Amino acid sequence: MSKKKKQETVEAVYHKKLIKRRKPNRSIAGDFFLYLFLVLVAVVMAFPIVYAVSNALKPLDELFRFPPKILAQNPTMDNFSDLFVTMGKSWVSFSRYLFNTVFITFAGTFGHLIVASMGAFVLAKYDFPGNRTFFKLVTVAMMFTGYVTQIPNYLILNKLGWIDTYWSIIIPAFASPMGLFLMKQFMEGLPTSLIEAAQIDGASVWKVFTGIVMPNVKPAWMTLIIFSVQGLWNNKASTFIYSEEKKTLVYAMQQIQSGGIARTGQGAAVLVVLMVVPIAIFIFSESQILETMASSGLKD
Amino acid sequence: MKEYWKKYFVLRKHNTQVALKKASKSKMCYLFLLPYALLFTLFYVAPVVISIFYSFTYYNILESPRFIGLQNYISLILEDDIFLIGLKNTFLIAVVTGPLGYIMSFLFAWLINELPRWVRSVAVVVFYAPSIAGNCYVIFSVFFRGDAYGYVNAFLMNLGIIDKPVLWFINPDYMLPICMLVILWMSLGTGFLSFVAGLQGVDRSQFEAGYMDGIKNRWQELWYITLPNMKPMLMFGAVMSITQAFGVCDVTMALCGYPSTDYAARTIVTHLFDYGFTRFEMGYACAIATILFLIMILCNKAIQSLLRRVGT
Repeated sequence: MSKKKKQETVEAVYHKKLIKRRKPNRSIAGDFFLYLFLVLVAVVMAFPIVYAVSNALKPLDELFRFPPKILAQNPTMDNFSDLFVTMGKSWVSFSRYLFNTVFITFAGTFGHLIVASMGAFVLAKYDFPGNRTFFKLVTVAMMFTGYVTQIPNYLILNKLGWIDTYWSIIIPAFASPMGLFLMKQFMEGLPTSLIEAAQIDGASVWKVFTGIVMPNVKPAWMTLIIFSVQGLWNNKASTFIYSEEKKTLVYAMQQIQSGGIARTGQGAAVLVVLMVVPIAIFIFSESQILETMASSGLKD
Repeated sequence: MKEYWKKYFVLRKHNTQVALKKASKSKMCYLFLLPYALLFTLFYVAPVVISIFYSFTYYNILESPRFIGLQNYISLILEDDIFLIGLKNTFLIAVVTGPLGYIMSFLFAWLINELPRWVRSVAVVVFYAPSIAGNCYVIFSVFFRGDAYGYVNAFLMNLGIIDKPVLWFINPDYMLPICMLVILWMSLGTGFLSFVAGLQGVDRSQFEAGYMDGIKNRWQELWYITLPNMKPMLMFGAVMSITQAFGVCDVTMALCGYPSTDYAARTIVTHLFDYGFTRFEMGYACAIATILFLIMILCNKAIQSLLRRVGT
């Protein structure tokens, strides 16, 4: 712990120096214009999100005011409570959609984390025939999107009898190649001597995995979690699931938004519910995610 | 020649024996990999194989598949005008948003790299948030609403540039550019994070050596020091942008409707959904999927061999 702190202070000193004594080959005008440009772009990037959030906080009369105000004047949580009250009386209540999405996200992420870490661990730390070939296959799999495999996936899931169950979304999410890739790259950074020492002390592979490797790759956990959550939380799932009571939040959002003007407030609120979770996870684990991404490069 | 083959086979035999011995020694490793490998094969490898297989058949789920050779591909390219529109749109979107999004990712990662630590963290959140904000892009349909109450319409009318509201998502002339704009807004994704992290890892002493060797400005520093150091991340980012650029469908479907007016916003993936899940012509849809797969893989390989030359 103290070592880390020390490093941080060293870095802080370095940064202070940078501000006082600028890098020798920078022009002031260049700096000024680049950062002005950066600020402008940042405002443009943030605007739709800020607007979406403020829309959700507006009471109804403000939503329809013209010309519209960008920020809510009297923010309320009415739209959010409306989601549960009015939608609670509909055939499938809003809380059910919410539950579906939460369950799918949680189960899928949890399984993905375990399955992908186990695979990544042996791929990174042991040398066995087929090791490299398999990893290459995984990197190739990152090169085509899920859309390519969607139709055969439907046929496979149909054969397995998983269509119209939560499993049709959860189980394929376990095998996401991105998670394995990032985990493996990060685990390669762990000193091999750590594992060898444990093995000399008589620890089994399983013990090494749970006791030594996993606690040491916590930053990579967060990275896998954010990518998995982002994918599952926004999963529309309407092709694999057709019973209304098993559908997800994204589907509910589309239904609410197609409900027209009467549902404007609720539509804005659902949008915020949908985006707040991935962004919140990202904000809380940003430094860990960046630590993992540092080893994300594709070497060949 | 015979001698050569004999030697070759002896060598192969020896190699496989060594591999088998090694394999039997590391049973535990295979056991660890098994769950992932099984699922991966089931949901990523097998679908590609199945998709290629069905693309040569007529298959509508109810009847068993009937082999028809290249007929699917022939009708796709020669008869299906809508597919060609989709192909054209996908390439247009990919050519504009792919490289532009990639360059933006790198540029912004590089610009925020020199900011103080806390400003950088905030900037990363601001730039990365749109790509993980889920369906937040539907908010653009409010900005670009077709009547005079839409912000963009109202703004342009106040300025006197247009005199009547433009139907942004119904007029085919405007659909694609606006979709591209929205896609670009969301393009600072995983690749961007990889760049930010990679730039932090570049050895600082190299920059100092650069000052000594007479590197005059930030652009030279970028080309001679930063980029060569970033090569693995650049490769990773390229893979991310290419797959994203060719897989566009969510944005066009949500904003322009499905199907869109005159199919002006159709992409390969929407065409795939149309035939796969609306008309249940699985064989035809698999042919579309196979074409998309080939485009993505070939494009990735081409870009990677290009990127290998950066800074050398």
